[in-house]
Amino acid sequence: METIKWEDEHIFQEVDSIIEKYWEEKSPLLCVLQEISLRWHYLPRPLMQHVAEKLDVPSSKVYGVATFYSFLETEPIGQHVVRVCESAPCHVRGAMDVLSTLKRELGIKEGETTRDGKFTLEVTSCLGVCGVAPAMMIDQVTYGNLTPERIREVLTLYN
Amino acid sequence: MAKTTGEMEKKETQNMITIYLDGKEVEVPQGVSVLEACQMEGIHIPTLCYFEGLSPWGGCRICLVEIEGQPNLAASCVTPVREGMKIRTTSKKVREARRANLELLLSNHPLDCQLCDRNGSCELQDLAYQFGVREIHFKGERKTYEVDNSSPSVKRDAERCILCGRCVRTCREVQTVCAIDYANRSFETFISPSLGLPLGESVCVNCGQCILACPTGALSEVSHVDQVWDAIEDPEKFVVLQTAPAIRVSIGEPFGLPPGTISTGKMVAAFRRLGFDRIFDTNFSADLTIIEEGTEFINRVKQGGKLPLITSCSPGWIKFMEHFYPDLMDNVSTCKSPQQMFGAVAKTYYAQKLGIDPQDMIVVSIMPCTAKKFECQREEMSASGCQDVDFSLTTREAARMLKEKGIDLKEMPDEDFDDPLGISTGAAAVFGATGGVMEAALRSVYELLTGKTLEKLDFYPVRGIEGVKEATVEVDGMEVKVAVAHSLSNARQVLDWVRSGEAQYHFIEIMACPGGCIGGGGQPIPTNLENRMKRIEAIYQVDQSLPLRKSHENPAVKQLYKEFLGEPNGEKAHHLLHTHYLAREKM
Repeated sequence: METIKWEDEHIFQEVDSIIEKYWEEKSPLLCVLQEISLRWHYLPRPLMQHVAEKLDVPSSKVYGVATFYSFLETEPIGQHVVRVCESAPCHVRGAMDVLSTLKRELGIKEGETTRDGKFTLEVTSCLGVCGVAPAMMIDQVTYGNLTPERIREVLTLYN
Repeated sequence: MAKTTGEMEKKETQNMITIYLDGKEVEVPQGVSVLEACQMEGIHIPTLCYFEGLSPWGGCRICLVEIEGQPNLAASCVTPVREGMKIRTTSKKVREARRANLELLLSNHPLDCQLCDRNGSCELQDLAYQFGVREIHFKGERKTYEVDNSSPSVKRDAERCILCGRCVRTCREVQTVCAIDYANRSFETFISPSLGLPLGESVCVNCGQCILACPTGALSEVSHVDQVWDAIEDPEKFVVLQTAPAIRVSIGEPFGLPPGTISTGKMVAAFRRLGFDRIFDTNFSADLTIIEEGTEFINRVKQGGKLPLITSCSPGWIKFMEHFYPDLMDNVSTCKSPQQMFGAVAKTYYAQKLGIDPQDMIVVSIMPCTAKKFECQREEMSASGCQDVDFSLTTREAARMLKEKGIDLKEMPDEDFDDPLGISTGAAAVFGATGGVMEAALRSVYELLTGKTLEKLDFYPVRGIEGVKEATVEVDGMEVKVAVAHSLSNARQVLDWVRSGEAQYHFIEIMACPGGCIGGGGQPIPTNLENRMKRIEAIYQVDQSLPLRKSHENPAVKQLYKEFLGEPNGEKAHHLLHTHYLAREKM
């Protein structure tokens, strides 16, 4: 994981240029948070505060938005984020088995990060791929028709 | 205060339309909500997330009504009336739905009313009683949260929260502080201070308006009751009480007296029976504040100092300034608030008079305020060498202590405050209402500057519930422009005018709470517009009834300067009665 030094001015300059990009948007907050989270994998508190000040939005509001969306994180997370879909179709097709396999394979519970900082395990709302339920996403890639064997296979791609 | 959308629309169009409420044809103004229409017609609709003065939200689903031709029930607070609308407010379908929604709220609520701060004044409890809930048909997971005790003033118990958002909207719309908002989603939703920090580390200004808005016990004041009992029962301690100007017109309410009942004498008698060694009055130090602040104003005018001068009595406003308007810090009077002036004088002048060590003296205040708890713990507030005010109770806590000891305030005889720190004037009394500090200051500034006697003591333009009040007063050939703002949204407006140079004032009074101290976050629940108005009326009656109505005529204050302080704004006064502020992060 990248260690962020907050005394480093250029981090805030980088955030400023992200804000600049979305300045004309009617409501730039979500776009800005998304891009920060792509760059640093999560939304560090000092950056949320910086965004609040720059956009003149209360920081309580920024935090509300940041915690509302499951694709935004407010705490440091692993290098790869595994998101298991827990919506009804996946649930019916065995999402709970997927989750328990992942828990066993990674040795962590949902919401946790492996000790080596490699994986974070999360559950998420519908991924929109109900046709291949049960499904999960690792970072930006979606995997469907999951079985315990397939999950183990997929995980090796990231090791 | 923020207007509901219904109110705003009403102003634009006063057209009347016809609707049918439970079969009865009625005329109501176009644009009002179904709930407002029902209220106008005297039909009671139960509510939880709806709150007077805030924008409607429609989240709790308790105010459901049936509208003919509409398949689903509608939340009446967010449904505008339409011509010919047929509304049923008490059908079986409506009652069952309301009850189911209430049971759902209760299914995730700790059902331990006896242990709750709001036992007896809880809207959720009242509804469960009114709906006759005897069993909760929904069983499921219960959320658990730790109590947030990080703030010196406001305690948050998220398990008792029903997510109605009244606190969030109050903080945002009435106070424009935005210290709290919803975080997370669905079952995990909770009300969180900025950035998930504890409340004590947030921009919260401790005003406690969220407590008044909370329907349950999720928000309450941080209690000082146990510490005060300990002090009273400690024979080594000399315990001195001061009561704020706004208390005498509201302390009767928890004992069943109507809002606005003046209970000064009974209040003194009741607190004396509680065991305090002296019952003194914050009104004494309110008079003292006027002398110091009035002198500061006169000096700034004469010496070309920073204007406008802004009052500093309200600790919620002070913290708000430190976060959001630190650039105007030099405009704020350096005077401590009356609570703190009292503490500093009691632990020096009065302790010396009695020949006791200030370490052995405990100063307790009873305040309409939760921010006073924060204020008395500020580092700067120890001019006497120890903390000047040890504990600050809200009106609610004080009433509870009386009840615990079985003292019924209604039945008390009328007694007088002790001398000398219990002597005060009508000018001090009006501190409790918005515009009061300005009025008291003008009475004294006029006479001190001109040397003439002020004929008309009542400055009506600065009185009343209007959000921002402006007036021009002629003093000694000078046109003094004043402004008065109460609630921080109104304060923000005035301060923005000052920042931009749009308005040129000489003197501004700001109170953090709507209505001034009588509407403070420590006052009895309910504190609504109606109760605020009644308390304000009573405040001016107190003023009228007193023989002395100008602070500079207070004989005890004069004596204090003569014996101890020397000159107003002098060296000693400056050390004991003035303070400084610090810029805080605008998180």
